[in-house]
Amino acid sequence: MSAPGGNATAGGAGTRHPLLVRDRRLRRRKLVNRTMEATATLAALIAVAVLALVIASVLIKGVSAINLDFFTKEPAPFGQSGGGIANSIVGTVLLVAMASVLAVPIGILIGIHTSEFARSSVASSIRFALDILNGVPTIVTGIFVFGLLVVGHVQSGYAGAVALAIIMLPIVARSAHEVLALVPSSLREASLALGVPRWRTVLTVIVPTAVSGLITGALLAVARVAGETAPLLFTSSIASTMVSTDPSKALSSIPVRIFELSESPSPAEHAQAWAAALLLIVFVMLLNVLARSLFGRSRARIARTR
Amino acid sequence: MARRAESPASPALHSLSRAQRGLADRLGEPGLRLLTWAASAAGMALIALLVYKVFAQAGESISHFGLGFLTANVWDPVSRRFGAASFIYGTAISSLLALVIAGPLSIAIALFLTELAPRRARRPVATLVELLAAIPSVVLGLWGIIVLAPFLVNTLEPALHSAFGWIPLFEGSTSPFGLLPAILILTIMVVPIIASVTREVFETVPGDLKESALALGATRWEMVRMVILPYAKSGIVGASILGLGRALGEAIAVTQVIGDATGVHVSLFAPADTLASRVASTYQGATSTLEISSLAYLSAILLVLALIVNVIARLIVRRSTRRMRRVGPRAGLAVTTAEADA
Repeated sequence: MSAPGGNATAGGAGTRHPLLVRDRRLRRRKLVNRTMEATATLAALIAVAVLALVIASVLIKGVSAINLDFFTKEPAPFGQSGGGIANSIVGTVLLVAMASVLAVPIGILIGIHTSEFARSSVASSIRFALDILNGVPTIVTGIFVFGLLVVGHVQSGYAGAVALAIIMLPIVARSAHEVLALVPSSLREASLALGVPRWRTVLTVIVPTAVSGLITGALLAVARVAGETAPLLFTSSIASTMVSTDPSKALSSIPVRIFELSESPSPAEHAQAWAAALLLIVFVMLLNVLARSLFGRSRARIARTR
Repeated sequence: MARRAESPASPALHSLSRAQRGLADRLGEPGLRLLTWAASAAGMALIALLVYKVFAQAGESISHFGLGFLTANVWDPVSRRFGAASFIYGTAISSLLALVIAGPLSIAIALFLTELAPRRARRPVATLVELLAAIPSVVLGLWGIIVLAPFLVNTLEPALHSAFGWIPLFEGSTSPFGLLPAILILTIMVVPIIASVTREVFETVPGDLKESALALGATRWEMVRMVILPYAKSGIVGASILGLGRALGEAIAVTQVIGDATGVHVSLFAPADTLASRVASTYQGATSTLEISSLAYLSAILLVLALIVNVIARLIVRRSTRRMRRVGPRAGLAVTTAEADA
């Protein structure tokens, strides 16, 4: 709106402004400008519209299939209506919890290592490797864990959790590094200057300052793996339809259940798939929003200590 | 600092005698160093083990078919002949075309968010775009099957066919499952990744440069074309390759909509398959160890592709974030938050 061409026209009202001599060219430039602005605005609208469309589909089709049974009952035998996904809800909670227990502590330790202890060349190689690990397709992670833990044994909740943990690890470690690096060095130096040893500085000054940022990274990682299907197909998908809390056998999970239901031709199963998708999306979005607000607060807090 | 001193760990430390503290420090210092070092070493070992194990599993198939696997266009469990050609083709065409659509769209979104949108709308819209990346792929696939596919068969594909039917890409009969829905779903998945990284790069363009261009009489678009895009070029390329890496490896949403068919068809309407999607769709149906090993072979090809693409993307993004760091300290973290969804 404040494009300079516009200013020139406004400023030159009445008089013959030099820019207006080449009036036609200017008009063309302004036309191109406006077209491109409109295109960019349209693109953003499309992106938001697609998000709205997907979420609206899930809401509309999911809400009608959600009832108490959906949360508390096990799947109905084939061909019968009703039933729920209680087994998958329990399975997902267990899988994600076990994966977090594995990945969050190790990931934060790696973050501490790369931001506080390692030489900078070593640290940047480790971070590079983690970025690459983050780019490994999750189905390949599934095949890896399949070969590591499932071949010669059976599918198990443990194997599924390990696969999810491998996906979480680079996310937790990278964000831990970034958050710890945000802690002002003045804080670090003040503590060291008071004679506090390095390790105690890390545990009592640096980590507490960055703690909400560390939680943000963990939450984002949980949000990411809660919706993962591919790594579970080969590790924890052939599961019983009963509610099970035994991780030595395959556990059902919400994403794998949606995948199975979506491949079915039956409309009743599709309705269940939508309901499960709604549950999953609400959970993932809540985690994301929570993580984002925590991160904003953490950044503000670190900025205050600066 | 006063608050720090009250943090929970400190009182316990104060109650220790000087000698005990000396001992704790003598153990604690190397202890924490060792612990964090071990975590990093374990992480690195994990990556090596992953690559080794995937190739080891593919061993039987590699020794059976050799490199001919890459060019053999067959997947026949009954006669035990397997090859990857049609899946490599499907992977390449689906992810490249998704990138062709997503790239310009994402750049436009990033431009809107940094230059055009009213200041108060920028953050919310940017957040919405990033949330698009948080939708689980299986949910997008479900949406693809039930909402997108009927729309394609009834509306979009007939329209494309009648308008552009002379182009081989839009030939043939329409079908709810095929390359086109896969490309569209992949586009939806990579737009948020490319758009958010690109936006970060755009935000690092120095304000003086932009204002100089405007002061010289450039329109806003001319300023974008002559200042912002050249400045952000390598960042945009890096972001796009990052998106390509994501599209290459997506298994679930693609397998839900692509139709799982072997064979190379030029038409986008025809069912096809990709590397990742074939592995995912055969998870319960593998009948022989040779077939499982061949699935691992497909994974190994995918792994190599993903490694190459990611290394290139990271090197480029890293170079442009280094430049970013010089400009502003806050840039890097937002990139990481965006990537956590990727």
